[in-house]
Amino acid sequence: MVRVENDLQGEILELSFGPQHPATHGTLQIVMELDGEKVLNVEPHIGFLHTGFEKLAEHMSYNQFVTVTDRMNYLSPLSNNIGFSLAAEKLFGIEIPKRGQYIRVLMSELSRIADHLVSIGTAAMDLGAMTVFLYGFREREKLYDLFEWATGARLTTSYTRVGGLMADLPEDFPDAVLKWVKQFPKTIDEIEKLLNHNRIFQDRTYNIGVISKEDVIKYSLTGPVARASGINYDMRKDLPYSSYEDFEFEVPVGENGDAFDRYLVRMEEMRQSLGIVKQVLANLPDGDVNIDPDSKLTLPGKDEVYTTIEGLIHHFEVTMENRGILPPVGEIYMGTESPNGELGFYIVSNGKREPYRVRIRPPSFINYTIFKKLMKGAMFSDIVSNLGSLNIIAGELDR
Amino acid sequence: MSEFTEKIKLKFPDEILEGPEFDSEDAVSVKSDKILDILDYCRTDAGMRFEFLTDLTAVDFLELDSPERLAVIYVLRNMASMETLILRAFMFGDEEIDTVSEIWHSAEWLEREVWDLFGIKFKGHPNLKRILMPDDYEGHPLRKDYPLKGRGERDSFKIIQRERERY
Repeated sequence: MVRVENDLQGEILELSFGPQHPATHGTLQIVMELDGEKVLNVEPHIGFLHTGFEKLAEHMSYNQFVTVTDRMNYLSPLSNNIGFSLAAEKLFGIEIPKRGQYIRVLMSELSRIADHLVSIGTAAMDLGAMTVFLYGFREREKLYDLFEWATGARLTTSYTRVGGLMADLPEDFPDAVLKWVKQFPKTIDEIEKLLNHNRIFQDRTYNIGVISKEDVIKYSLTGPVARASGINYDMRKDLPYSSYEDFEFEVPVGENGDAFDRYLVRMEEMRQSLGIVKQVLANLPDGDVNIDPDSKLTLPGKDEVYTTIEGLIHHFEVTMENRGILPPVGEIYMGTESPNGELGFYIVSNGKREPYRVRIRPPSFINYTIFKKLMKGAMFSDIVSNLGSLNIIAGELDR
Repeated sequence: MSEFTEKIKLKFPDEILEGPEFDSEDAVSVKSDKILDILDYCRTDAGMRFEFLTDLTAVDFLELDSPERLAVIYVLRNMASMETLILRAFMFGDEEIDTVSEIWHSAEWLEREVWDLFGIKFKGHPNLKRILMPDDYEGHPLRKDYPLKGRGERDSFKIIQRERERY
């Protein structure tokens, strides 16, 4: 803390919030000028977790980069995997079989629920409601057990490949998901009972951090933040990918654009995601999850590799550095609806095994640009309401 | 080529550049001098209405066949029809381009990132300084001539010595 100047109103404090602070939920710093409880100005500093993912991508093949996308939004790694693989598939000009697409929808909706649970839980915890965090994490833990079962890892899932998935679902997996889906709405109801009519929670989120419709366009906001302000903008509905057009769901839209509406939109999105999960499980088609291995893009089955020489050669041809199918020379932009907003990948390919340039459009980074405007003239205690409701994930912010 | 790229070509015939030669959905290459006029046309013209700046980034075309080395990429979206338009603005000479942070405030940080990683200057930007890399960093790491493992920055880290042996 540094004393800046003295006047009759009292002293103006320069206060540094973070980079290591429990309420930032990540490594980011905010330098504030305070006049008592009032915030005069904020200056967010980011980049503490910058790891150079975009530079790394230029030295990795398309399948290798999937592992890096796990580390971006570490609350919903499966959404990142799916987003990148869809972008790469658009570049290669392929579409995976229906079963694979449906499993991707299933996984991205489950990870959306897991992301929203943490987002709501931590936001509520910062505002004093510890129970919500614990209830949320209890359900998230069950989800992570399911992810571990299907993908082999809790966080570093790396589940997708260009042209399909790492593996099909385990045999009993759909039943286990259904079992989880049946008991989950109780938790949503519990959270709503705890928060919706909670005086403290209402006081700290009503009319806090109000974002107007015009600001949504001016600041390129997407995801729940944009929808809470009344902009009906959802990539799943507007530009359907991975068979989202097959499913019935509503896009919740708020009216006031404040922190409370962002919370309500996230809660309703979880209900809609549950609906999608049920539809996927009811209509899960049979068949392969990967495109035909004869395309020389995906690996042949392990039984074939271990027992036949043709299978082994095939495996070798796909994985070795100087072999395999090469992408066309070109550029694509592909946006998907990740839990935080539009996660886009802009890929330029020069026809080599490695992409020439991969640009990640990080929803957290762009949603965070409005933070300075929200905080100017607000109260000091609003900072956690705003940070929590924007859901800033440092891994994705800095890449 | 779609109707939108055709429209831009008709409206700004002198600004259009040919290449780079590759597959693309809906993209057009332009000179960077009048980028504000072109973006304004895309944003406000009744037949275009690309009012949402989805993304702003840059590409270093050093190893590809293209009109110039550096290009700023604007990914625009029409919120009603959800069509996407990609503009590539190539810079000749001084590697400078007008800022769009007055129109889209989100571009303020996106342009800072492009300056940080590519070294493209944005004329009229309110606060053009590094955002992801440290303030005292030299070089622009996403340029193609910047090596993956850096230019020896790791070797110059200060090594702290213990003052005394552990007892």
